[in-house]
Amino acid sequence: MAASGGTGAEGGKPALVRFERVTKRFGGVTAVDALTLDVAQGEFFALLGPSGCGKTTLLRLLAGFEQPTEGRILLDGEDIGGVPPHRRPINMMFQNYALFPHLTVEGNVGFGLRQENVGRRERAERIAEMLALVKLQGFGARRISQLSGGQRQRVALARSLIKRPRVLLLDEPMAALDKKLRGETQFELMELQRRLGTTFVIVTHDQEEAMIVASRIAVMNEGRLAQMGPPAEIYERPNSRWIADFIGEVTLIEGRLAGEGMLQTSLGPLRIAGGGAPGDKRWLALRPEKLQMSAEKPAADGRNALSGTVTEIGYRGDTSIYKVRLADRTLMKIALANTVGRPPFVVDDLVWAAWAPEAGVLLQD
Amino acid sequence: MNTARIRRSWGQRFVLLAPYLWLLLFFLAPFVIVLKISFSQTAIALPPYVPVLDLAAGWQGLTDFFQRLSLDGYRLLASDPIYLLSYLKSLKVAAVSTAILLIVGYPIAYGMARSPRALQPLLVMLVVLPFWTSFLIRVYAWINILQRDGLLNDVLLALGIVGTRPEWLASDTAIYIGVVYSYLPFMVLPLYATLEKMDESLLEAAADLGCPRGKAFWLVTLPLSLPGVAAGCLLCFIPIVGEFVIPDLLGGSHSLMIGQTLWMEFFANRDWPVASAIAVALLLLLLLPILLYERLQRRQLEGLR
Repeated sequence: MAASGGTGAEGGKPALVRFERVTKRFGGVTAVDALTLDVAQGEFFALLGPSGCGKTTLLRLLAGFEQPTEGRILLDGEDIGGVPPHRRPINMMFQNYALFPHLTVEGNVGFGLRQENVGRRERAERIAEMLALVKLQGFGARRISQLSGGQRQRVALARSLIKRPRVLLLDEPMAALDKKLRGETQFELMELQRRLGTTFVIVTHDQEEAMIVASRIAVMNEGRLAQMGPPAEIYERPNSRWIADFIGEVTLIEGRLAGEGMLQTSLGPLRIAGGGAPGDKRWLALRPEKLQMSAEKPAADGRNALSGTVTEIGYRGDTSIYKVRLADRTLMKIALANTVGRPPFVVDDLVWAAWAPEAGVLLQD
Repeated sequence: MNTARIRRSWGQRFVLLAPYLWLLLFFLAPFVIVLKISFSQTAIALPPYVPVLDLAAGWQGLTDFFQRLSLDGYRLLASDPIYLLSYLKSLKVAAVSTAILLIVGYPIAYGMARSPRALQPLLVMLVVLPFWTSFLIRVYAWINILQRDGLLNDVLLALGIVGTRPEWLASDTAIYIGVVYSYLPFMVLPLYATLEKMDESLLEAAADLGCPRGKAFWLVTLPLSLPGVAAGCLLCFIPIVGEFVIPDLLGGSHSLMIGQTLWMEFFANRDWPVASAIAVALLLLLLLPILLYERLQRRQLEGLR
């Protein structure tokens, strides 16, 4: 196995799955564009991106439902290009679950073992084991139509895990669940993954979900890799305006570098961490929770301070997002925790926003 | 107890009753008439049976009427083996044709359901297209094709499959050809309807779990299409049992399916009571498959909810 480079697997572990300059075109549309990435053994890997970014195609390529137009897909260092789906040690949990409506829960979960001609007794044991794992003991004889959405999701999970695949693919596994159930299921899924040690590759368009469950995220855009890394890295150190904007909320301020630690903007000079060649164009990305807000002008303590008017307040329960219009009409998003007492600011208040130089991220692109 | 009464206007009541009224008028009333005639006796009169209900004679007329009803029609049905043989022949033709229809129709429906979405309405139209021509004309066309110097023998001769021109008409083969041709849409359409609804991802799931494509057909596609198979089979079997035109035109006079026997009693023998008894017995015979079909339809409707 070749050592992994910049797109390589976590911590130098050997790659279990490797996409090598994989391109997939449907007619004239390029769904995946010369993409290279590694997934390490035991990882919980998330493919994240807006709809149509190619993440599902990537999953289907791995499952074998699609063939790459160019490039190779390696599993354990071996090209699995010509291997049909039913011979790959990879199983998939489908977005709509794709449960067989004419079979019982047991029939569904045991379907994969039947194809391997596993004996009746062993099959029954492993089905029971799987149903216990997804907390569906006693549901074996039920028909699929008698199950709730959450139960169906568990059956689909059990069915895709029973063959002990090398890689489990999850295509938007929680899209059909309500928000509360989704939250619980996310943690259950993480626990399951830790316990089994199986490599999970999840496709999702929900950035929050990806950040919660995954140990590493590949953010895709228009068939290409936009950024890859652990969730915190992607959130705290986005490598482009697109990523900063796609993952979480952000305020972007355009400017030019003016000597060490300074960015010249239409709002005046701002202190920044780091620098570069003077005159180079940069964007300062500021996360809403890293900003402070006050009615009085903050003391000159090394922080940046800008004044503006509150134009909108988005109540989110635990926090509220305040949109503050600055002098150059930039809308700055600031998050404040809703602690005890009445909200500190109302619309049309004149306020000051302040942040430490190291709170912002400088983006070139 | 306070029962909330729903007040309905006369218009609403009529709308609710209309389907029942229609059933009464167009199905139940004719059936009662046939049932009554089946319990009558032949007479050289107009209508050709007695008794005829005479309401002018009052109560006496009514009791007379009921006393003169008889089971003679049914007795004859039981005593002469020709009727039993006709029923058996009809059931056999219906069963064999339905089996052939399934074998011929399934691949057609499967191919239609698997063809590109944009093409499917056109394919459905092609299946329905024959209905634009009168059924009778299409059967007459088959006489043309099947006759000794007809198209079929021309082709067989040209291909060197036969040396001389065989006789096709007035045989069971001709009946099967005619029946299978005529009923094919009734088999294909319900099959297509179930196959078309089937989720493609189920086959991907089967493949993903280690099941090759060919095997997945038997494990997933076929079991899931069984409601369509049952609907198509019953939709063909039931009317084929009572089929008259096709055996009469293609099968010749000696083919003796129950429809022809009935026709003979009615028009040739002018024995309306026996003809009616044949019809009633046929209905009873078909009640089982009809109820089966009914139940199936209901279950499918429930499944949709």
